[in-house]
Amino acid sequence: MNIRVRINGAAREDEVEPRLLLVHYLRDVAGLTGTHIGCETSICGACTVLMNGEAVKSCTLLAVQADGAEITTIEGLTAEDGRLHPLQQGFWEEHGLQCGFCTPGMILAAHQLLSRNPRPSRSEIRRALEGNLCRCTGYQHIVKAIEWAAEKMGGSTS
Amino acid sequence: MIPEPFEYHAPHSLAEATRLASELGEQAKLLAGGHSLLPMMKLRLAAPRHVIDLGHLQELRYIREAEEKIEIGALATHFQIESSALLNEKCPLLADTAREIGDPQVRNRGTLGGSLAHADPAGDWPAAMLALDAELQAVSAQGERWIAARDFFVGLMSTALAPGEILATIRVPTLPARSGDAYFKFRHPASGFAVVGAAVRVKLSEAGHIEQVAIGVTGVGAKAYRAADVERELVGKSPTARRLVEAAAHAADGVEPNADLFASAEYRHHLAAVYVRQALERALEKARA
Ligand SMILES: Cc1cc2nc3c(=O)[nH]c(=O)nc-3n(C[C@H](O)[C@H](O)[C@H](O)COP(=O)(O)OP(=O)(O)OC[C@H]3O[C@@H](n4cnc5c(N)ncnc54)[C@H](O)[C@@H]3O)c2cc1C
Ligand code: FES
Ligand code: FES
Repeated sequence: MNIRVRINGAAREDEVEPRLLLVHYLRDVAGLTGTHIGCETSICGACTVLMNGEAVKSCTLLAVQADGAEITTIEGLTAEDGRLHPLQQGFWEEHGLQCGFCTPGMILAAHQLLSRNPRPSRSEIRRALEGNLCRCTGYQHIVKAIEWAAEKMGGSTS
Repeated sequence: MIPEPFEYHAPHSLAEATRLASELGEQAKLLAGGHSLLPMMKLRLAAPRHVIDLGHLQELRYIREAEEKIEIGALATHFQIESSALLNEKCPLLADTAREIGDPQVRNRGTLGGSLAHADPAGDWPAAMLALDAELQAVSAQGERWIAARDFFVGLMSTALAPGEILATIRVPTLPARSGDAYFKFRHPASGFAVVGAAVRVKLSEAGHIEQVAIGVTGVGAKAYRAADVERELVGKSPTARRLVEAAAHAADGVEPNADLFASAEYRHHLAAVYVRQALERALEKARA
């Protein structure tokens, strides 16, 4: 089936098999390997991307369900000139990652949080990450990284 | 983990969807949020020949007030329900239940109608539907019918929906005066599903007695149920702390509790009494406020 999507602002049109998962479409067809596959069973959140601004687990969506949608992956957060998004910078500054496998998903889940709630409390941050697992950091630094970004973004939601 | 091949259909109206559903019959599966169906298809526990995606049916995504009732389109997501100002004010039990489901990503995709049609024994929604005496509208190429929540959940993952029927609307009464509601849930620590969940709506008389009480329980047995024995112990009575404990002890009477690696039947039985009591206490507190 033919689908049209915008990924990180760029329009694409592709012929895909209906059973193709969105995560495989993003990685194997669009070549955007920043979106990771962890559990493949809807639990770990490593595959989280934004679809029309909402965080979704791309291993639990068909590419055909994204027909007509706007997708943002981790690649889309970095500015054209390579400047990091405040969330990316926050993970850098506050050591929010070790192996980095969970990081793209964490950042996109956090992105949705800050767009809905620009000044979250620590417990709100933790609740917003319930769908994302990290096997390395123990989460403390991830929470701090998101606080750092919220501060930096000064409550704005870009 | 890739589903078996299937033919994909994306109708743009309910009429088109019901026509497809009746044409394709049991060879087809409806796809709403996909957060129960796709995991099953990936594990090849389900391998439908046809998938009818309801995702484009904007006409089934509403939440609106209609006289003393609230009507919710089957495609409304858990997140829409949790964040609805109307529901938070006039039927908080639904918003509170939605907040307890899974995680933010799951709540963005999963729908009320999909959850009810799936009828997972550990799903959260059935408890609230029973406590609210919800009415569920099923639409097919032949017409429509309304099903009471009590008659909807038939057994383990099975409902009163016939092949070709699409759940379209869920109708619940708004919270009356001197009433309160609450959902208390013991979350499975890994999956987030309800090991036990208790939904309560209670109405007090002017004198402070329990005039009406409805309790839906999920997670305990093969299907969600009304804790009728607890309700009977409480109606017309004054809700003293002792009476609540004694009544709640009957929360799993007549039910054969599920047992799994995480929770034995005995433990679930115990949890049912504890969570029903806590939900009752909270609902009463709100009714008095
Ligand atoms: C990681 C994870 C955690 C979860 N945690 C919880 C939890 O804590 N509590 C909980 O209750 N649920 C939980 N869920 C399940 C989630 O709520 C599902 O979204 C929900 O059970 C199914 O809704 P859906 O819209 O995704 O339906 P789908 O998966 O699209 O469909 C489910 C079934 O219902 C049928 N169907 C769908 N819509 C209709 C309709 N309108 N009419 C007739 N039939 C229809 C489909 O054919 C299919 O058989 C979790 C899911 C995941 C992946
Ligand atoms: S890979 Fe999608 S949730 Fe783990
Ligand atoms: S940094 Fe390794 S999984 Fe999170």
